[in-house]
Amino acid sequence: MNQDVPKGVNDEHPDQRGAPVGRRVFLGTLALGAAGVVAAPPLQRGLEAFLGGAADKDPTGLTGLLPNGGGFRYYSVASSVPRKNADTYRLTVDGLVDRPTAYTLDDLKALPQTRLVRDVQCVTGWRVPDTPFEGVRLSRLLDAARVRPTAKAIRFTCFDGTYTESLTLAQARRADVLVALRMQDKGLSHSHGGPVRLYVAPMYFYKSAKWLSGITVTDEVRPGYWEERGYDVDAWVGRSNGRDDDPTS
Amino acid sequence: MTLRADAPPATVDVRRFTTVQRWIHRTTAALMGICLLTAACLYVPQLAELVGRRALVVTLHQWAGLALPVPVLAGLASRAFRADLGRLNRFGPHDRTWLRAALRRDRRHASRPAAKFNAGQKLYASWIAGATLVMLATGLMMWFTHLTPLLWRTSATFVHDWLALTIGIVLAGHIGMALADPESRRGMRTGRVSSQWADREHPLWRP
Repeated sequence: MNQDVPKGVNDEHPDQRGAPVGRRVFLGTLALGAAGVVAAPPLQRGLEAFLGGAADKDPTGLTGLLPNGGGFRYYSVASSVPRKNADTYRLTVDGLVDRPTAYTLDDLKALPQTRLVRDVQCVTGWRVPDTPFEGVRLSRLLDAARVRPTAKAIRFTCFDGTYTESLTLAQARRADVLVALRMQDKGLSHSHGGPVRLYVAPMYFYKSAKWLSGITVTDEVRPGYWEERGYDVDAWVGRSNGRDDDPTS
Repeated sequence: MTLRADAPPATVDVRRFTTVQRWIHRTTAALMGICLLTAACLYVPQLAELVGRRALVVTLHQWAGLALPVPVLAGLASRAFRADLGRLNRFGPHDRTWLRAALRRDRRHASRPAAKFNAGQKLYASWIAGATLVMLATGLMMWFTHLTPLLWRTSATFVHDWLALTIGIVLAGHIGMALADPESRRGMRTGRVSSQWADREHPLWRP
């Protein structure tokens, strides 16, 4: 077959094989990748600004799927998360307290509400500016439960059945730590951890456990889900996890 | 009316790929598929919501990515595979003709001369090999977070995200072209193609 092959185009013979363009493309791709890593900071800033602007005018929501397209990302460590509403939701406060308590959603709504507007910073890099959270100060619930003097820390559990978080007692008593019922001036949706989530404004967002169902006062810090997998327990934004983001609170 | 003399010759198969080469392709494709599917489950909010189990999905993604270059590296032991890598590497004058025709969207076989691999296949192979290694390097920087400085890691994430999207699009093109050409798929599945197909699609190839 192929008797009429012109001379000089047969790539089976070494001396007639032509230029090693494949190798050049291969090495060029590697070089571009390395250059991309070097040039990433300015490129990323430019793209974020552009996509952030485009996302505001994009009715399809497709820009949200692009890298750094802005907005929140959904992370869950459980296979599926049950849904809870005002009838089925309970938040228990127990452990080293004199008055263990179980709150319904209406109980929590009846308590004084605090609204905070801060940036949200995820440890994986995304940041959502000026996001309002509203709810009950955690310190109020701790005071109502009468924490015993031996207590040192809090362990948070979630009704996804898997996620856990932790704070020291001093961190938990900060004024910018909420048991949040509202986000972006709407009731907390299921995908954002509703009906009730933790909101720890000064820390990376993995501390703000979604689907909060239990607050247990303990005598020592017990690392939470991601903290057992290498993340810092004291997760101050900009001062932990090897990152230098601007503080959020 | 003569029946026999003018009848077309019976189809003759020619060998295109050895068993080893087909297994390299199969295992690489499976690992790449795992990488892309798990990436989608980590990245697309609707899929992330559906699948959950983030720690498990991350582990799958990391190990599939780490294993991705292994079939090709192991395949270097095969003489036939090394010979094909050599063919993919070298561009002759006919490859320039092929690329020019492709840019003009000229689909006539006469304007698309190709040996065992056409210029598009050569470019794809070289690019995907380089892109895979860039993904591996940036992925390792994100995985072993304490090995590299912070700035590197954020930059690696940026490159990893955008290159993943690019690879997804290019790979869709690769699969789309395979779907459009059953005989080429048969070549990768069974190792053999009809000589008519070889003459038409790869006229300069001498199996």
